[in-house]
Amino acid sequence: MASFVMPTSMPADGHASPAAVSAVGLRKSYGDKTVLDGIDLRIPAGSVFALLGPNGAGKTTAVKILSTLVTADGGQAHVAGHDLAAEPQAVRAAIGVTGQFSAVDGLITGEENMLLMADLHHLSKREGRRVAAELLERFDLVEAAKKPASTYSGGMKRRLDIAMTLVGNPRIIFLDEPTTGLDPRSRHNMWGIIRELVSDGVTVFLTTQYLEEADELADRIAVLNDGRIAAEGTADELKRLIPGGHVRLRFSDPSAYQSAAVALREVTRDDEALSLQIPSDGSQRELRSILDWLDSVGIEADELTVHTPDLDDVFFALTGNNEPMEAVR
Amino acid sequence: MSSLSLAVRDSSTMLRRNLLHARRYPSLTLNLLLTPIVLLLLFVYVFGDVMSAGIGGGGADRSEYIAYVVPGILLMTIGGTVVGTAVSVSNDMTEGIIARFRTMAIHRGSVLIGHVIGSVLQSVASVALVGAVAVAIGFRATNATALEWLAAFGLLALVALALTWIAVGMGMVSPNAEAASNNALPLIVLPLISSAFVPVDAMPGWFQPIAQYQPFTPAIETLRGLLLGTGIGNNGWLAVAWCLGLSVLGYAWSKASFNRDPK
Repeated sequence: MASFVMPTSMPADGHASPAAVSAVGLRKSYGDKTVLDGIDLRIPAGSVFALLGPNGAGKTTAVKILSTLVTADGGQAHVAGHDLAAEPQAVRAAIGVTGQFSAVDGLITGEENMLLMADLHHLSKREGRRVAAELLERFDLVEAAKKPASTYSGGMKRRLDIAMTLVGNPRIIFLDEPTTGLDPRSRHNMWGIIRELVSDGVTVFLTTQYLEEADELADRIAVLNDGRIAAEGTADELKRLIPGGHVRLRFSDPSAYQSAAVALREVTRDDEALSLQIPSDGSQRELRSILDWLDSVGIEADELTVHTPDLDDVFFALTGNNEPMEAVR
Repeated sequence: MSSLSLAVRDSSTMLRRNLLHARRYPSLTLNLLLTPIVLLLLFVYVFGDVMSAGIGGGGADRSEYIAYVVPGILLMTIGGTVVGTAVSVSNDMTEGIIARFRTMAIHRGSVLIGHVIGSVLQSVASVALVGAVAVAIGFRATNATALEWLAAFGLLALVALALTWIAVGMGMVSPNAEAASNNALPLIVLPLISSAFVPVDAMPGWFQPIAQYQPFTPAIETLRGLLLGTGIGNNGWLAVAWCLGLSVLGYAWSKASFNRDPK
């Protein structure tokens, strides 16, 4: 599979750069609800691409279409150089998919799940056992290998899921919200796993609700909102688009809060939380000047925190939508 | 790999998976086996004397009623086993693993074929078990020739295949296990209103067409003819036609449901 020929589309600078996934005008509706309203994607081979968006933005639908699980209503896509509609089996041979809901067989053991995958990839008995043992070891599942997968914790299930995805040695991997529902330690483990995949030269397409995660892992990020790509770029490019950063001062004494609010004037007040927000890009220089300013007017806050833009800020800024996230389904 | 050898290899992998499920969780299969065995004992030992009064002009005794009722019970066993198939297919389709299979370069039909072959094997094993109970309580078919035994076995396998494909279709369109078990209810009820327990001509006139024109009655009459030497008439052809028809219908239905985009 290493000699895989990727399609070469010509980017603006004229150099041929192979795309692992490319899509033009993908559309999908369920009934009269439009889930994807014409999205274009181009993901270079060997890179990590994150599709970022709130619940219901269409992330999972995009993954389902590109992984041949459902058919698009319109548009064209090539995955690993094969047309999605014309050669779905060739696409399937090149990809690995870990969906949002665990795609393991809970009734059989972790090891049996791995051997099932080995059989379906037509590995020989010996090769299948070797690959299964190796991946169980790599994903720290050796101890649990003989137990039914239904007894696994969320993090273990997710690890088994990815281990199963890797049996066929796919060159393009789709991960749909790989860390949703995981505790912080499992989440960091998962990040480590994804980074390892990338260092093997695999192309990773992941979806997430967390800017932090996209920031940690992805070369490029596309923000999906309401079935459209609202913005695309590196994490830094996206964060520069928006002014969400601020310094937050919290007070425990209401009278200290009042006098600070009067003295600082051009700040955003939160009277209930007794906190003030001062716009800031979070740089050392700006922080120092804010601290100097606070000292000069004699304000001593009980807590000072620096906030960088998060998905909420990116999302609100890019969509001009001030509804809370949960309402934007 | 040619598409035929791919189909065979992937289907046998899926079959192994289904047999593993059945072996790990035998309770569903065993529960379904209980029904025909209880019915057999109930009809023979509790209702037997009364029921036999309606057979052979009223002069039949209990052993003759055993002979009468066993073919129906055997077919009922198949009906019960495939209800389990509908439930496990429906369960399976709600699992993420099926989505994984759909995104792999495997033979498309192998998931269903694995279920069907596994279910037919389970049906045959169940029929053998219930048959053994029948023999233990006095069922004898000593006059049947080897060829007739073979034909009887073939008919049972054919019925199992037909009902399994229908059950797989029912499982595919059922959103959950409860719905699947409800949808598959006709497979339990139809044998009850067939000629399994009393002859059709002993039923009320308005009811006779319902008992006559359904798949179980010709299959039961054929099985009776093969094992016990009663007249088969055109029931043999009718039974085979029903089985082939149901198999084709169930196959097309299941395949169309599987190829539809998952929700």
